[in-house]
Amino acid sequence: MIRFEQVTKRYPQRGDALKGLSFALEPGEMVFLTGHSGAGKSTLLRLIGLLERPTRGRVTVNGRDLASLSRRHIPAHRREIGMIFQEHRLLPEHSVFDNVALPLVAAGMHRREIGRRARAALDQVGLLRFERALPLTLSSGEQQRVGIARAVVGRPPVILADEPTGNLDPALSREIFHLFERFHQVGVSLLIATHDMELIASMGHRTLRLHEGRLVADSGNW
Amino acid sequence: MLQCWASHHANAALETFARLVRSPLATAMTVAAIAIALALPATLFVVLDNLERLGGGLQRGAGLSVFLQPELDEARADELATRLQAHAEITRIDVISREQGLAEFRDYSGLGAALDQLSQNPLPVVMAIYPAPQAQAAEPLAKLAASLEALTEVDFARLDTQWTQRFNAIIALTTNAARLLAAALGLAVLLVVGNTIRLEIENRRGEVQVMDLVGATPAFIRRPFLYSGALHGLLGGIVAWIMVNLCSHLLQGPVGRLASLYSTDFALTSLDLHATLVLLAGAVAMGTLGSWLAVGQHLSRINPH
Repeated sequence: MIRFEQVTKRYPQRGDALKGLSFALEPGEMVFLTGHSGAGKSTLLRLIGLLERPTRGRVTVNGRDLASLSRRHIPAHRREIGMIFQEHRLLPEHSVFDNVALPLVAAGMHRREIGRRARAALDQVGLLRFERALPLTLSSGEQQRVGIARAVVGRPPVILADEPTGNLDPALSREIFHLFERFHQVGVSLLIATHDMELIASMGHRTLRLHEGRLVADSGNW
Repeated sequence: MLQCWASHHANAALETFARLVRSPLATAMTVAAIAIALALPATLFVVLDNLERLGGGLQRGAGLSVFLQPELDEARADELATRLQAHAEITRIDVISREQGLAEFRDYSGLGAALDQLSQNPLPVVMAIYPAPQAQAAEPLAKLAASLEALTEVDFARLDTQWTQRFNAIIALTTNAARLLAAALGLAVLLVVGNTIRLEIENRRGEVQVMDLVGATPAFIRRPFLYSGALHGLLGGIVAWIMVNLCSHLLQGPVGRLASLYSTDFALTSLDLHATLVLLAGAVAMGTLGSWLAVGQHLSRINPH
């Protein structure tokens, strides 16, 4: 599903964020990505979403070499990836429903279909009753679930999450991870960057550990 | 698919309108700046249009005044007039006798008492010549005047059109100046809209970034800003139209009084349908162009790929 081959990402000022990284994520796999901050987790996720391009090496998503995608292909590529961020990145002036519907609106989907799908996604994260609320009136955990609904509303085959529980207490974090588990069960591939080691250990999924831009541990089961 | 596309556009336009209404003060100030920049040249064009009409009305009466030799009497003048009547370039000739001329002069000059002191009438017989329409242009008229002056009975011929020619030249010059002013103020509209859209993009930076992250195309991200520019332009155009009409309405009375003093039925006209459409279309076009320029410059700064 996702394949990195000798990927290096060099920033002009900070030096190498990733150094010759190689790994593969099979379709339907749920994988955790750990490492101290600055180890390259975010950079890795940003390369998959084409927020950045690698300095060297090849990144393949869903069988497509990302180097072959030009600028105008980026929107379509991003619609095939659900991205979840630590700081939610919701639009504060728009209702919960509008936030979740945004990727579908951007994709030019028919209004009726948008309503159906957005409500289904909100239902999945248990927030259907808040569809008219503004994001800031919700708790942090609820806001993150809105972010998750937005990531899955387009039914992408891959979900990337960057420290999705960074601001949440353990109980809420567990709730979020159970949600991820549910998506995993219906065949979605997930790559989740986190340093919540306890939670990772309790869930028993494959874990990649980065250290200074290199892959230092892979609890791979393949 | 087309219906879907149209509904997205309608949505974007409505949302843009709602956004403008939500910040009424900022919107009003931008719209006022655009309106003033548009109303100035529009007013100038209205004034020029009216002057041109006024000039045209006067020009229809334009002709030649032929002053005959002082010693020539009315009988000889009538004879000459009959002879000249045969010319194709001349429609009508009015012979103004010495007595008539003196009476008119007395009426208009207010020098009645002074004229009474004169022992004899100093005025010659004058022929007012109305040229045929094909002879009313400057060149044939001048030629006609020259040929009349060549006659021995004629002292000199005066072109009544000289001042209308000067008048037309001034109008043409002023029209060109108005065009330059319109271009400069059009540029000002572009800058005002561009700056407004730049601020709007800055304010919605987060939104733009999120839209980019969830896979919105650049066209989709641009759309609300372009609508905003177009809408600012349209509102500015409408307010400018109101300003121009208000001005001409306020001037209607004074102009009417002035016209009645000159015993003409001249009435001030404002922007007609065509001019109104040009004004509004121009306003929308400049608003859209201004926001297009701002969007092109600032969006790529927020979302560098």
